[in-house]
Order: sequence, then structure tokens, then C-alpha cells
Amino acid sequence: MRSYLEFEKPIADLEGKVQELRTMSGDDAVDVDEEIARLETKANQALKDIYSKLTPWQKTLVARHPDRPHAADYIDQLIEDFTPLAGDRKFGEDSAIVTGIGRFRGQRVAVIGQEKGHDTQSRLKHNFGMARPEGYRKAVRIMEMADRFGLAVISFVDTAGAYPGIGAEERGQAEAIARSTEACLKLGVANAALIIGEGGSGGAIAIASTNRVIMMEHSIYSVISPEGAASILWRDSARAQDAATNMKITAQDLIKLGIIDEIVEEPLGGAHRDPGTAIAKAGEALERVLGEFHGQSADAIRQQRHEKFLAIGRNL
Amino acid sequence: MNWINNVVRPKIQSFLQKRDTPENLWIKCPETGEMVFHRDLEQNQWVVPSSGCHMRISSRKRLEFFFDDGAFEMLETPEVTVDPLKFRDERRYTDRLKDAKVKTGLDDAVIVASGAVKGTKITAAVQDFAFIGGSLGMAAGEAIIAGLDHARKAGTPFVLFAASGGARMQEGILSLMQMPRTTAAIRLLKEAGLPYIVVLTNPTTGGVTASYAMLGDIHIAEPGALIGFAGPRVIEQIIREKLPEGFQRSEYLLEHGMVDMVVHRHELPETVARICSLLMSEPVITKVLEPEPQDAETTDNAPAGEKAAEEA
Repeated sequence: MRSYLEFEKPIADLEGKVQELRTMSGDDAVDVDEEIARLETKANQALKDIYSKLTPWQKTLVARHPDRPHAADYIDQLIEDFTPLAGDRKFGEDSAIVTGIGRFRGQRVAVIGQEKGHDTQSRLKHNFGMARPEGYRKAVRIMEMADRFGLAVISFVDTAGAYPGIGAEERGQAEAIARSTEACLKLGVANAALIIGEGGSGGAIAIASTNRVIMMEHSIYSVISPEGAASILWRDSARAQDAATNMKITAQDLIKLGIIDEIVEEPLGGAHRDPGTAIAKAGEALERVLGEFHGQSADAIRQQRHEKFLAIGRNL
Repeated sequence: MNWINNVVRPKIQSFLQKRDTPENLWIKCPETGEMVFHRDLEQNQWVVPSSGCHMRISSRKRLEFFFDDGAFEMLETPEVTVDPLKFRDERRYTDRLKDAKVKTGLDDAVIVASGAVKGTKITAAVQDFAFIGGSLGMAAGEAIIAGLDHARKAGTPFVLFAASGGARMQEGILSLMQMPRTTAAIRLLKEAGLPYIVVLTNPTTGGVTASYAMLGDIHIAEPGALIGFAGPRVIEQIIREKLPEGFQRSEYLLEHGMVDMVVHRHELPETVARICSLLMSEPVITKVLEPEPQDAETTDNAPAGEKAAEEA
């Protein structure tokens, strides 16, 4: 059973009819193929129309779609011999960030992925992708190890933000994020971040201060959630749509502002309609951008990253 | 007065406030409610004498209290693109900026200066909470980076006085980008072997804490300052219970290992100068106030404290 977003209702209706006809044609021998084909074309057209002009708020909903492929799916499909590594060696293991080492298109890599989970149980386990300090400290540990062994680092970014709670504050959430950002910037190996769903604020930047930043076509990247901005700036969280539009959070806006390097096109109707194809395309992009740093010295890699971030906003 | 502020329309409100201003000679201690005469506060660097409450001060005042004899040189900060997102919430962002400029006399939330502290040459950046909550936008980010660069080139320590509600939302992602940008500049200062000291003042939260404010070699907090990643209101909404007494205050952070010390405003210059002299083999000693030449060798080798004593 596919779950539809509210603005997808016309598509849902058409696809529902197709489904109905299919069941009918199974029962008796009425020839409905033509009708099915007609409706499918119509559904496809509706999908094309709607998805070619998604509003920033609609993109936010697509980015958070429950069926959207998550970090675990990307790791499954792209990383061979993935070997998960756990724990920050200081306090605990935080499954909101999954880390490990493996092989990506023949290249040894370290992987840092924010995982939201796909059902109630796994969502709780991964704390809905909202990391605590331990998650960021584990990421630092993995990055430093990658640096020592010459592994490129891939980050899969998908978080509403770092977790705001008493325990997280007690153990230095802010410091953990700051150190993780610092660790990204210090690396003498190439790193690349792929924003697969939500790139939420400091929680995202902590693992996305990388040589290359890529966004999926319908992902978002923002300083604060549209709801958060609405409640602070408009004092009304119902104004989230305005906030989403004003803040420029879509991949298409961010590439114009020079914040990201590349956009990966998603299958028609979003990555959740065909995760395999979406992930394969993302894999091609990651391979290409990491390839650009092959044979470069640690200093050159650091320098590129440093200059890239310092240049942001200077030529607007 | 509170209900009036909430109900009365902005125009009438500003009228009310205007009438208030000339009579603002007595100031209420935010902790005890005691009324204190403004001159007594000024003389005590805006620390309420009886309660010890460290009140918010402007960035200018901060520099005056910090540098020897209140003397310092303001450093120029880079110009940035104004309102890159053409942002508008209930008001236009450009209007908010204009208001903040008029209100504070500042260009943006961060000013940078250099001068001597107990004789030790120091570059300092100060965030002013009065300028849109000290929020971190492109201008503030560039100012901090300029300050860090200046410190590195001049070979001085860099002291940052943090006071901020976090990122400037009206600059969206460009505000978020100031986190890695400032962090990158700090990396260069650290590589140059120069101390980076953060003084956390009330309040420091959000993206500022989650970047340069938590990356110091030394973290000093003023007493009672609110310091944290998520604001208390956000946390309360999520956990739906009251937060413990003293949560996210300086003393709490000291207890939880996030700051090195909680230091009274009066003790800041001496503490910072001492730390710099201990961390650096050869701190740059200046004689800002007495321009006549000195024997270079003794000047360079004398510890900061002694040098200051000599001058005194």
C-alpha cells in the first residue's frame, strides 16, 4: 500500500482506479487493458505536472515522506562489506547516527549516516534520526580513524536536527556538534555529504562540512525547520509554508546560492517511488565527486574545503 | 507593565517607552528585583553589587571594561551582501536591520578590536545581544573571521565574548554556513599556535554554541549566564516538564565539564592575561599608552604580569 501526501490526491485517485480495474480484470474476462493504459498515462502526467513544480513546503513533505529511502537503504545498496562500528568510547552508542567502514566502488570508505528508521520500533531505536552528543562524538571518532587509514568519508544527511533534551544538554550537545564540524574540516582525506531527506541545522552541518555537498532533488537543507521558523518569526507555526518559501531551503535554491555543489535527479514522483534508481544515481554522483580528489595531497584536500567554505556568501 | 507591552500596538508602545527613558535612572536587578542607581551599576561594570547578578552590557562597554584603561582600536569588518534572501516575515528583514542599527549604533552584532590587557596584546570580538539577539549572520561571521585573521597575522591571542540567541533565521542557510566558516578560521589560528579564549556571557545558545563558542582552548563563563544548544523553552515543550533549577547556567556547565571556570566580570582581564602569558612562550607585550621606545629584548621576554607591574 503506497502512502500519498495530501497534494498527491489527484495521483492517488487515478492510481486507485487503475488498481481497481486490475482487480476486476482478474475476476472476469472483461478487457480493461485499454482503460488501464489510459489512466496510467493520465496518472503519469499528473505526477509529472505536480512534481515539476513542487513548492518548498511540498518538497519538505516529500523530504520527510515515510517511504523515502533512508541512510540504511543507501548503505545497503552502495557500500560493499559494510562493517558497522558502534560507540563513542566516552558514554554510549547512539543509533541516530550509523557509522562504519566498507567499500564503495572499489574504494575504501568510512560512512556516517543519519538514520530515521522505517517503523515505530526502528524509529524509536534511531531516535527519529535526531542524534545526541554520543552520535556526533562517534562520528568524530570514525572521521579521525578514516584520516589515519586514508579512507574517504561519505556522510548521508537526514535529520530534523540534533536532539534537544536534558541529557543531551548535560553531556554537551553544542560542543559535540562543534567538534564534529571541526573534525570534518580538519580531514586530510576527501569527504562528501549527500543530503537525502532533511538537512536540519547544526545537526546536519556537523557531518556536512565536506569537500563536496550533494543534495537529492527533493531534499531540503535549512538553518531551522519551517515550523520552527514560523513559530519564532511569525509566532504561528501554521505559517510553516511561508517560512519554507522565504528561507530558501530547496536544492534548486541552494545551488544558486552556491551552498551545494550538485543535485541528484530523483525518479518521477520522488525517490520513494523507485528507491533503487534514486540510490544508484546518487552513487554515480558520489563516485564522481570523490574521484576528483584521487591522488591529491592531504593539504590540498584541506585547502579546497577551507576555501570552499570561506567563499560561501562572498559573491552573492 | 508586562500586560501593556503585550497588548498595546507597537506605535503606541514606542511612545510609552520613549517617555520612560529619561527616568530610567533606577534599574531593577533581574534576579532580586532590587532597584539600583544606574551610576552605581556603571561603576561596578553592571554587576549588581548586592546580588552579584551580571547584567547584559553593550559590546562597546565590554571592550572598555576589558582593555587597559578602556583603550582599544576598533578593527574594520568586511561589508557583506545585505538581505541575500530578500526575507520577509511579519516585517521586512531590511527594516529590522535598520531598527537594530539605529537602536545600537552598530553595523551588526559583532565588533572587533585590538588593544592591551594587563599589557598583553589581544584581539577581541564581542557579540552584542541588543543587535537582533546577537544573532549570527553573514556580517557577524565575517567579523569573527576577520578578527581571527587579524589575531593570526599580529600573533596575538583571540578572545571572543559570546552573547547570542543563535543563528539569524532571516539569512537562512547563509547563517548556518557561518558555523563551518568560523570553525575553519579557528583551525588556522590554532595551527598558528595562538590561544583562542571564549568568554560565554548571558545568553549564548543555538548555532553559536554549536560552533565557535565551544571550540576555545579555554572556556570562561560569566556567573549565571544561560548557555546551551537548545533553548529552555524548546526543551520544555519536548519533554513536557519543568527544567531543573540552574539548568544550562554557567555553574551547571562547569559541573558538567563544558567550561573551565566561572569568572566574575571584574576578574576577567587579569584572568585572560594570565592564561595568555602561561600558554604562550612569548606573548606580544605592548605599550599602548606610553609610545616612547623600550629595550626590545626585555619587553619581549618579560611575562605579561611583570611588565604590567613595571608600567604601573
